[in-house]
Amino acid sequence: MAASKHTVLQFNAPSTASLSAKVHPLVILNICDCYVRRPDQAERVIGTLLGSVLPDGTVDVCNSYAVPHTESSEQVALDIEYHHNMLVSHQKVNPKEVIVGWYSTGLGVKGGSALIHDFYSREVPNPVHLTVDTGFRNGEGTIKAYVSVNLALGDLQLAAQFQKIPLDLRMLEAERLGLDILKTTAVDKLPNDLEGMEVTMERLLALIDDVYKYVDDVVEGRVAADNSIGRFIADTVASLPKLSPPAFDKLVNDSLQDQLLLLYLSSIIRTQLGLAEKLNTAADQIL
Amino acid sequence: MANSMARSFLQVAATEEVASPLRVVQIEGLVILKIIKHCKEFSPALVTGQLLGLDVGSVLEVTNCFPFPIREEDEEIEADGANYQLEMMRCLREVNVDNNTVGWYQSTILGSYQTVELIETFMNYQENIRRCVCIIYDPSRSNQGVLALKALKLSDSFMELYRANSFTGEKLREKNLSWVDIFEEIPIKVANSALISAFMTELESDTPVTQCDYDRLQLSTTPYMERNMEFLIECMDDLSMEQQKFQFYYRSLSRQQAQQQAWLQKRRSENMARKAVGEEPLPEEDPSNPIFKPIPEPSRLESFLITNQIANYCNQINGVAGQSFNRLYLMKSLHDK
Repeated sequence: MAASKHTVLQFNAPSTASLSAKVHPLVILNICDCYVRRPDQAERVIGTLLGSVLPDGTVDVCNSYAVPHTESSEQVALDIEYHHNMLVSHQKVNPKEVIVGWYSTGLGVKGGSALIHDFYSREVPNPVHLTVDTGFRNGEGTIKAYVSVNLALGDLQLAAQFQKIPLDLRMLEAERLGLDILKTTAVDKLPNDLEGMEVTMERLLALIDDVYKYVDDVVEGRVAADNSIGRFIADTVASLPKLSPPAFDKLVNDSLQDQLLLLYLSSIIRTQLGLAEKLNTAADQIL
Repeated sequence: MANSMARSFLQVAATEEVASPLRVVQIEGLVILKIIKHCKEFSPALVTGQLLGLDVGSVLEVTNCFPFPIREEDEEIEADGANYQLEMMRCLREVNVDNNTVGWYQSTILGSYQTVELIETFMNYQENIRRCVCIIYDPSRSNQGVLALKALKLSDSFMELYRANSFTGEKLREKNLSWVDIFEEIPIKVANSALISAFMTELESDTPVTQCDYDRLQLSTTPYMERNMEFLIECMDDLSMEQQKFQFYYRSLSRQQAQQQAWLQKRRSENMARKAVGEEPLPEEDPSNPIFKPIPEPSRLESFLITNQIANYCNQINGVAGQSFNRLYLMKSLHDK
């Protein structure tokens, strides 16, 4: 755009057009917990987001902590010293976590948020602003992430526009395990090995049933056949190794025997332990 | 004229409050996720952290936690660590988090956590807090699709013995204490605020199968079992060394007793001879003689701990083997179809 006498409203697009954010569920839980514990007069909770910036530009949010603040209709005051103290403490544990932005509860972006965003942009070049709607105003808990884009009229900075960026909820495998438990309000005990196995097998069975029903439907003509799905199914069935029944049986039996051997060994060891202990404590009477 | 039902204030003040036994540990989902994240980030290094919460009746509620930085073996870092703790507690207080320490958590590899340090840490904590619990998390088992989280507590009888620092056979028999009684495992309950569970239901991915299902259905368990067996073998070696120590002790004890008898005989015959001559009989005991020095009995603590460890490994092997059986039979039936 050639510079001309007319002042043009310029949108300075963010440097990486594909900026997106990945949020761990731990952060959401943290925010909810802080919201529940907020002091009575505060309407919303504000805090810092910690994480790292991945090489391809996505922001990975791993951790967060709340920062006490006071808010009135005109101004917002943030406890900066507290913010720095917590940052230092967190970095002692994990020096790789840096500030990547801040969060606030409540739907939408309020007026005071621009000031806070300003403050955070002094700490880190392009902070991400996360809003978590704890009031469930739209009938669901919306979580949105924004970056600020400067609206400039020629040389004048007019306003900062909060532009939405795509958000992705990511979790580690181990966390996924925990997530099942987290869904209900209370769980009486953690599932042990066999129970978890049971749940998994039930799910597998349900899946197989679904596929079966689908194939049936297609054959009977009730559902239009989708070639890609058909190909997937064929691939899956074909991926079962083609072993002759005796070879397969031998394989299974061998593994079974290995496992049985280990079980036997561990039972022997336990008997040994019991014996040893009896001998140790009873030995005094022998003398 | 006092009502026999009402107790005087003095009486009430005099009766000590009997602590109800700890029956359940109630953890918040937030804490579990934090522990998982922290241990996973630093695995295979072992990490620890502090648990915060409330002690209510027979339930110990854990509502928050924070990790400890990894400490090098340095004198000045000790003070740093204490400062860090105080700082964290103060900051958390400001955001209305219960800053009441109720224990600590640590990560472990393949369940090898029964060490003397654990007991010592327990004793340290127990001096200040009435009820504390230790949560052990095993990140290597989450590859198997199992959430390996355990809450442990030292049993009271064991603590008394430890304080007296005597682990002789007699005392143990008196208290009827065996290696099972050292640690008590407390069942864990998970609780969540309604807000969190609402969010989680929302965020749940739509796929009917999750990654942990893939992990559970994996057929190969050999690397895990191999490592388990290796640890087991090492422990058995340690145990046999301890046994040898005991054997040595008993052998020397019996040898000493034989020597004592021989000496006593000699003394008696001497005394008889002296009486015949009419002299004073010598005393039958001679404490200055080195034969009478009592040999210290080796402490049984180590062997107990090792035994516990071995039992743990055996349990783990059993669990994994059970899972493998399921998987193998499943494969078999699938193939037959």
